[in-house]
Amino acid sequence: MIKRQIPLIIAFILGFWFIIQFFIPNQFSQDTLIGVNKWTVMISGISMLLGIYSLIHFHYTSIKRGAPGWGFSVVLFAAFFLAITAGFLPSIVLWFKDVPKDGPPVKWLGFLPLITGLNEGSPLFWIFLNAMSPFMATMFSLIGFFIASAAFRAFRARSIEATLLLISALIIMLGQIPLGQMLWQGIPDTMVWIFNVPTTAAKRAILFGIAMGTIAFSLRIIFGIERGYLGGGKDKK
Amino acid sequence: MHKARTLIILLSALLLVAIPVVAQDKAQLTPPEGFTAFDTPNDIGNSISLVWRASASNQEGVNYIVYAAPSETGPWIEQTRVLSTLGYKSDAPQYFGLAKENESWHFCEITGIKKDINDENPLPVTATTYFKLSVSNGIDIIEFPGIVSAAPAGNWFDTSKLNVLIFVSIFSILILYFISLARKNPNLFIRHIPGLDAIEETIGRATEMGRPILYLNGLLDMSSLSTIASTSILGKVARKVANYDSQIMVPCYDPIVMSVCQEVVKESYAEAGRPDAFKEDNIFFITNDQFAYAAAVDGIIMRHKPAANLFMGYYYAESLLIAETGVATGAMQIAGTDAITQLPFFITTCDYTLMGEELYAASAYLSREPLQLGSLKGQDYSKGFIILVLIIGTIASTAGSAFFINLFRTF
Repeated sequence: MIKRQIPLIIAFILGFWFIIQFFIPNQFSQDTLIGVNKWTVMISGISMLLGIYSLIHFHYTSIKRGAPGWGFSVVLFAAFFLAITAGFLPSIVLWFKDVPKDGPPVKWLGFLPLITGLNEGSPLFWIFLNAMSPFMATMFSLIGFFIASAAFRAFRARSIEATLLLISALIIMLGQIPLGQMLWQGIPDTMVWIFNVPTTAAKRAILFGIAMGTIAFSLRIIFGIERGYLGGGKDKK
Repeated sequence: MHKARTLIILLSALLLVAIPVVAQDKAQLTPPEGFTAFDTPNDIGNSISLVWRASASNQEGVNYIVYAAPSETGPWIEQTRVLSTLGYKSDAPQYFGLAKENESWHFCEITGIKKDINDENPLPVTATTYFKLSVSNGIDIIEFPGIVSAAPAGNWFDTSKLNVLIFVSIFSILILYFISLARKNPNLFIRHIPGLDAIEETIGRATEMGRPILYLNGLLDMSSLSTIASTSILGKVARKVANYDSQIMVPCYDPIVMSVCQEVVKESYAEAGRPDAFKEDNIFFITNDQFAYAAAVDGIIMRHKPAANLFMGYYYAESLLIAETGVATGAMQIAGTDAITQLPFFITTCDYTLMGEELYAASAYLSREPLQLGSLKGQDYSKGFIILVLIIGTIASTAGSAFFINLFRTF
């Protein structure tokens, strides 16, 4: 009972306060917002430990059970420990270098700012530049091919809507290239009209719906009607 | 001797020409009127506003010079120069509204006091400060007769957001009214949403095929409404999955979302009377790097070949990478997002797509709880109100009236 009531009370008080807070510009109001944002960042940072535990546990179990694709889990562990080593090692070396040989490690606090190790020229930076960036770029560039295959399916004129989509897409594609203007001067103008009138109208209609949905959903959370995010609820089966 | 005489004559001639020019400029400089200092409205309490009526001297090359001092006796330090052709009250409608007369009043906001004109780190304005104003054309300076003062103070209401407050209140009252109405009359009609009706079918299909269901929450954290909506839908889906004795996999982008999802699914299994069937390992964290997450999810889809993929929440460019991979495995796919830019990709690749508000309505729709359905009804009437406003706004705008449009202007 308490497990459910306390989060609902917190949601009500904070939800209601932050609606009012939006209309109050003074220092106290801004301080509460900044305070909550700081807490959010702190909790997010701490929660990363939870994420790392989950990641290790999932892939360890995957290797142990010999689940399909367990080899990828081995690669993950290798990359994980390599990145950690690359991040910490230079800092540790620097730390020991600074410590006087015949005295206690008085500079231990100086170790803290160094632990990120993502400075230019560091091993972790090298990994980021030569592995992470190309991997990310590869994934992103795949979108081009995926768009082509998705467009091929979407542009099959099976219905009136799909035919309209096909025609609009053709005009927009032609309007973006010199060939379109060569075929007919009006194609670029038609493209701009499609962007500015029907597309904008549809976007705004969806945005109005989202805004209304946001208000209704927020009110449901604030007044404790929507409890699904807490797990379970009084919903009918 | 002759050259010297010529030079004297030339200099005398130049002097005769220059004197009237200077005299003319001096005559054009008139001191500014109505110089006033006051606490800047609608602010946190860290600035003072200065206003004065645009002087007849206003022209290119004429500046207003603002001086400040901690006391009436000085020392006076130049703070800023305002070009006479710029810096009007009409430039700050968030403070002064949209009145026509704002175009004839200069405005200057002082947020810090400089120790000298080149001071790059001015001290914040915290106490009563005194101000003097001069007008200069680069040759002469004429001072406003009088010293003004003001102290900054934080405000308890931002009047520029009054219209937002009124309309949010109207919509909230409408929604709350329909929620209360739903208490009395629980049989409210809500139109069918095919994407949500199909959830049961997808779970049944997955059970028959003996394959898992993949559920994604999007790429935002728990502070996002779309993620909260997504976790609410997850609860309903997980209960049906538990009833069918099927499996659900939830790879997460955020560790907090993962914890919430674990709790939500666990509760759903318990409510379905099958707590033993809950597997915490099926809800796991992957990474909070966008494309690494997409790559991992693609890998899961290719290896586990889920019978159904549910993509609920907010997505970015990875939406197509994930959904198109799902198509390649022949999975039945339902997406729900309020990311307008990703909607076309989901519509192209998924069997059903919940657009924008349907994502927020989904948990109410699936629960069939009267109070939640009441809020959907209120939402629909609010949209009716917006349509009415749009029609009136279109007519008013066509008729050349800006009054109605200004009612909805935000700053």
